[in-house]
Amino acid sequence: MLELKGISKTFNPGTVNEKRALYQVNLNLADGDFATIIGSNGAGKSTMFNAITGAFLVDEGSIILDGKNITFAREHVRSKVIGHLFQDPLLGTAPHMTIEENMALAYLRAGKSRYAYFSRISGADKKKFREQLSLLDMGLEDRMKQPVGLLSGGQRQALTLLMATMVTPKILLLDEHTAALDPATAEKVLKLTKDIVAERKITCLMVTHNMQQALELGNRILMMDSGSIVLDVKDEEKAGMTTDDLLEQFRIRAGKKLDNDRILLSS
Amino acid sequence: MSSLSTIFTVSIFRSALETGCIYALVALALFISFSILNIADLTTDGCYTLGCAVGAMVTMSGHPFLALPAAMCAGALAGFVTAFLQTRLGVESILAGIIVNTGLYTINIMVMKFSSVVNIFNCDTIFRYAKKVIGGEWYKVIVVLIVVAVVALLLGWFLNTRLGLSIRATGDNSSMVKASSINPAFTITVGLCVANSLTALAGCLLAQYQNSCDINIGTGMVTIALASLIIGETIVGKGGILRRVVGVIVGSCLYRFIVAVAIRMHVPAECLKLVSAIIVAVAIATPYLKSKAVFWKTRLTRMKENKKLQKQAEQGIGGK
Repeated sequence: MLELKGISKTFNPGTVNEKRALYQVNLNLADGDFATIIGSNGAGKSTMFNAITGAFLVDEGSIILDGKNITFAREHVRSKVIGHLFQDPLLGTAPHMTIEENMALAYLRAGKSRYAYFSRISGADKKKFREQLSLLDMGLEDRMKQPVGLLSGGQRQALTLLMATMVTPKILLLDEHTAALDPATAEKVLKLTKDIVAERKITCLMVTHNMQQALELGNRILMMDSGSIVLDVKDEEKAGMTTDDLLEQFRIRAGKKLDNDRILLSS
Repeated sequence: MSSLSTIFTVSIFRSALETGCIYALVALALFISFSILNIADLTTDGCYTLGCAVGAMVTMSGHPFLALPAAMCAGALAGFVTAFLQTRLGVESILAGIIVNTGLYTINIMVMKFSSVVNIFNCDTIFRYAKKVIGGEWYKVIVVLIVVAVVALLLGWFLNTRLGLSIRATGDNSSMVKASSINPAFTITVGLCVANSLTALAGCLLAQYQNSCDINIGTGMVTIALASLIIGETIVGKGGILRRVVGVIVGSCLYRFIVAVAIRMHVPAECLKLVSAIIVAVAIATPYLKSKAVFWKTRLTRMKENKKLQKQAEQGIGGK
């Protein structure tokens, strides 16, 4: 579904602030793959996501999504088929617009015709929104006319997830989307993520700092270091792994110990 | 009481409605650019004059109805230039408005065939047609009310379409917009075009209303419109789009009413700008002072309560 062919990116080249953020990243995600990504700070996890969404152009290599080369496609064109959730729950929704309007925006964004600028949501659509909101089990279905700014962080993140998957994306990018939530809410949002991804068979990449989570979720695990993917374990091989195996593998592949305190403390 | 009844007459109410509805269109333009897109669009002053000039010239050539869409197109074009400067050429939004505003002065005087005043007293205007058809004293009110009602309904409809929602999201959360397949450059452009077409429509209506156009007619327009907008938002508060739109219109009429009362109370014409400025300052300060007042009030009562409790406690100790 998603293919990264040797992408590299260096920020501020030729200056003292030169930073090689991505170096020769190769990745081939099959349709329906759910890969978790762990890595040290500054390993290039978020940069890889930003390369896929088109926040910047990669220096070399190509990005192919569902057979289409999107290396040079503009950001807003790509985001039509890419769902992207951030750690900050405030980034994914418009606070002064109501829940219903936010959902309408997400729903209409991938409208059939590219030029259906004046399409509006119907009563049937609103009913559908209500049903979907009730699945969250947060009581949001009775607050559809309220501005999103009144919701808690967890509620906003759950809503963002719903919006990102409302029209099934070709790939879903989750950038530590539960890290800023309290444990109970994080658990809830994570379960929701699992359910939605499994039900719709969405191809998914998820950055996490929780090793246990990385091992439990999905069918594939990637470890990144210094802008490269140093470990890529799939299916049966992944199923048998423990956190100690992961740390050991990382030490061998990256030639050093994993230095992310957040990862080590939470594992 | 007799002095009050001479100030608050029906005619003052009527003229406040007439001009209020015309200026409401400018306030609605700022509602789009300032409240929704979160952009300070200073094209307003020049664009208003542009609408007035185009309206007057087209009316003079015998097409008062055609003047309305013609002025709107001219306004949309001005808005497009402002949007182009800020979205494609990286000019700061306030600066983009000022640049276009300055350039428009020349454009406007060119439209008016290089004279600073154009009179259209002898031409047919939409108001003159309305006088023939409707008659009475309220025909002007009816015309402007129809225009404003149509604009308000269209705006209420538009801001809930996919494009309208995208425009609203652009001003509300820019990082969400990028992740939602919305091109902010496009939504800002559409928003500013729509906003400035409304400003120009107001100018066109005013030209036909007062049968003339003056090159300096737009001076200070952005302040007045902002005052109307804020009065409206203070009265109506937050709510659905249509409710807020109606609030802006009510705010504009209220502002005109206050100005009309000031005139009736024999405030000299040269002092009117000062009166306007004071009204604007009061309108903007009111919501803030309101929230402050609540704070001070609770603080005072809590302090009193605390003192009382302290006294009781002291007395209790002394009693023992």
